[in-house]
Amino acid sequence: MNDPRFKIAHREAVIGVLLVLINFAIWFGFAYGLGSADPKEYTYVFGFPAWFFYSCIAGTIFMILLIIFVIKVFFRDMLFDDEGGDKS
Amino acid sequence: MMHWQVIFPLFIFLVIIFLIGIWANKHVMNSNSFLQEYFLGGRDMGGFLLAMTMMATYGSASSFIGGPGVAYNTGLGWVLLSMAQLPAGYFVLMILGKKFAIIARKYKAITLIDFLRERYQSNFVVVVSALSIIIFLFSSMAAQWVGGARLIESLTGLHYTTALFIFAAVVLVYVIIGGFRAVALTDAVQGSVMLVGSIILLVGTIIAGGGVSNIMHDLVAENPKLVSPFGADNSLTPLYVSTFWILIGIGVIGLPQIAVRAMSYRDTKSMHAAIIIGTIALGTVMFGMHLTGVLARPVLPGIEIGDKVMPLLTLKVLPPYLAGIVLAAPMAAIMSTVNALLMLVSSTIVKDIYLNFIKPKATDPEIKRISFLVTAVIGVAVIFVALKPPSLLVWLNLFSFGGLEAVFVWPVVFGLYWKTGNKYGAIASMIVGLISYITLYDITLKKNIPDILGMHPVTLPILFALITYVVISIFTRHKVNQKQHII
Repeated sequence: MNDPRFKIAHREAVIGVLLVLINFAIWFGFAYGLGSADPKEYTYVFGFPAWFFYSCIAGTIFMILLIIFVIKVFFRDMLFDDEGGDKS
Repeated sequence: MMHWQVIFPLFIFLVIIFLIGIWANKHVMNSNSFLQEYFLGGRDMGGFLLAMTMMATYGSASSFIGGPGVAYNTGLGWVLLSMAQLPAGYFVLMILGKKFAIIARKYKAITLIDFLRERYQSNFVVVVSALSIIIFLFSSMAAQWVGGARLIESLTGLHYTTALFIFAAVVLVYVIIGGFRAVALTDAVQGSVMLVGSIILLVGTIIAGGGVSNIMHDLVAENPKLVSPFGADNSLTPLYVSTFWILIGIGVIGLPQIAVRAMSYRDTKSMHAAIIIGTIALGTVMFGMHLTGVLARPVLPGIEIGDKVMPLLTLKVLPPYLAGIVLAAPMAAIMSTVNALLMLVSSTIVKDIYLNFIKPKATDPEIKRISFLVTAVIGVAVIFVALKPPSLLVWLNLFSFGGLEAVFVWPVVFGLYWKTGNKYGAIASMIVGLISYITLYDITLKKNIPDILGMHPVTLPILFALITYVVISIFTRHKVNQKQHII
């Protein structure tokens, strides 16, 4: 009854949820951690306010690299067309 | 009046799109499984196609015209908000992911509703789903159609009606004859145009403004809040901006036009590649266009109407031939959204209503004829509606994004991952989600406020729908035989 491919699929869905939590934490942490100061006192990185650079630019690049890593290391290939492990 | 150098790239773009439709039609005519080919492209999409069709379907007129206009007036806070869209690139495919692909094949599902029908064994679920899709997506299609025609009107100086017919003729022909395969292939071209266009415009704007530091300096001199995360008038609170993660990020799972793509890919390699390519492409386009909107402020000050920022900026900072390519991008965004919606509404009527309730034993030639016919009739109906959009339709369109999410997100997600979830939970959750969203959103429209209790109005309805689904499913668990489910 239980398709063994589901175990892999469930694990990958959990990874998806974890990635969103990490993404949100980086985005929120840098934006409001650094951005809540007085805008006139901001420090700048490559011309952008530091909060914006870390939250929206570096954070996004980090997420993309993390996603590539996760896909290469944890995501498994499987066949869709056969009946898989369906023993019925 | 535009220069021909601007119009020429637009014209070439339309011709390419048109040829793809004709090419895809050969597949449709030669396929031995018409429904699967016409409405799902034969489940044959590779990674690049899947990534681009997800990105292009998701990115619409608002990513290229409306969004940058708001960013122009709000500042970097709006770019921050727009980055909540990044999960739409990876989260949707990871969550629906392999489970959806496996189960859709087991159920032989062609549409999202096929999946829901098999999973919940309920005609009521089918009817509520089909009506939500037809009503909401017909109105958003009309709204995008209007946007496309207005854009052609403003770029070429043609009359609105003429512009509408040119736009509609191109889209209708390739969608009707080519089906989903034509939609996906043109989405790849359109997505690439969106990607390249947004990069060119961002670079052009930075150069025109004398570099990032210079532009930031000008923004701070005008109003320091423009470079803060809180918006020019301090209205973007962390809670409000965070709730956009639901509307435009993770809630995207509930959009049928996106979800159906998650069962149309060929194999796991395609899916893995699509997650990476899609996240990069979506991130680049959304970041690029919204940041461009902010940077445009010192370059092109004093624009009153937000929607004019992007076209005017393009013509100011770029040479004509590049401007033509960049202005093809919003056109591509509109077309790639409209074609997906047209395909989806048509598949809902043909597969979920006609073949389900009216004529289950239709022969292949009959199905073929009815599919072409329904797609054409809806397409033409949208044109007539777009000539003079009724106010009910304009009103409905405002609700379509969040409304579809509130209806579908839990029945789809729990349908895949929670055995106890049943039809009673699904039906109650759909109705509660839909009604509470329309009620709350209507309050914000009437009072002219952006939020409910500081949150985007989609937040609470999604939460209500979640609670309803779980509670009702648990209370009615004895009424349903769970052994039949293959999840």
